[in-house]
Amino acid sequence: MITDFTPLASLGGGILIGVASVLLMANFGRVMGATGILAGFIMPNSREDWGWRASLLAGMLSAPVLVWLMTGQSVVVHVPVSTTAMIVGGLIVGVGVTYGGGCTSGHGVCGIARLSPRSIVATLVFMIAAIGTVYVTRHVIGAGL
Amino acid sequence: MRFLITYAIGLIFGFGIILGGMANPAKVLNFFDIAGTWDPSLAFVMGGALCVTALGYRFVLRRPAPRLADVFHLPAVRAVDTPLIAGSAAFGIGWGIAGFCPGGALPAIGTLDPAVLTFTAALIAGIVVAKIIKAKSPPVGRIA
Repeated sequence: MITDFTPLASLGGGILIGVASVLLMANFGRVMGATGILAGFIMPNSREDWGWRASLLAGMLSAPVLVWLMTGQSVVVHVPVSTTAMIVGGLIVGVGVTYGGGCTSGHGVCGIARLSPRSIVATLVFMIAAIGTVYVTRHVIGAGL
Repeated sequence: MRFLITYAIGLIFGFGIILGGMANPAKVLNFFDIAGTWDPSLAFVMGGALCVTALGYRFVLRRPAPRLADVFHLPAVRAVDTPLIAGSAAFGIGWGIAGFCPGGALPAIGTLDPAVLTFTAALIAGIVVAKIIKAKSPPVGRIA
């Protein structure tokens, strides 16, 4: 399935992600990493460490609702793969980001922004792995999962 | 007041993810499908986010402390080790299978799309299981 090339919207989206990352570091000294924020929300270290994560996640979750209220259009979530792919993919991502210490936002944006060698390596590895996986599911196996 | 600020930051992040196309697996998977229906849009998301963050961090991290907290919480681990590489490779494989990364899925939960909810439940299960296994293993050497 073809999707439209949207360089301006995507650049705008990226800038907003960057603004959120800078604001979180400037105000609370925290890395805007989805993995770390979620993990600390599910398994909190302390009560004080939980509130900022919960409110941040509430902000993320309400974004599509606000988009819908403001524009009257619902946010497009088109999933071209099966429920099995969601379960298997979700489990592997969960284990992977826990051992890898971060995901696209934590390593790919905040880590590379600090020129962290760990984040540069992690990002190269997960990007290559994702490209290889899609090549296999779409062009070797053919039908996708 | 603090939580209002973090809420607003989460909202900005969520808008960015949605506008950029990261909450839409069809678009994400096409970004990885270089040999097929390639859609390079997500390079602009990464590029934009990285430029703003790199520039902003240069000013922010020069300060003695954040505005509303005592210290900057930056990762202490510096070594490029086996768990980092194996974990990141696994993450990439899962991302290529499902089309969601954690940052893309979390704002998408708000759409109540059943696929997102399924992915997030599996993601949380994966994180919890891995944390429990990690906690039971010696920190260095064993897994690697």
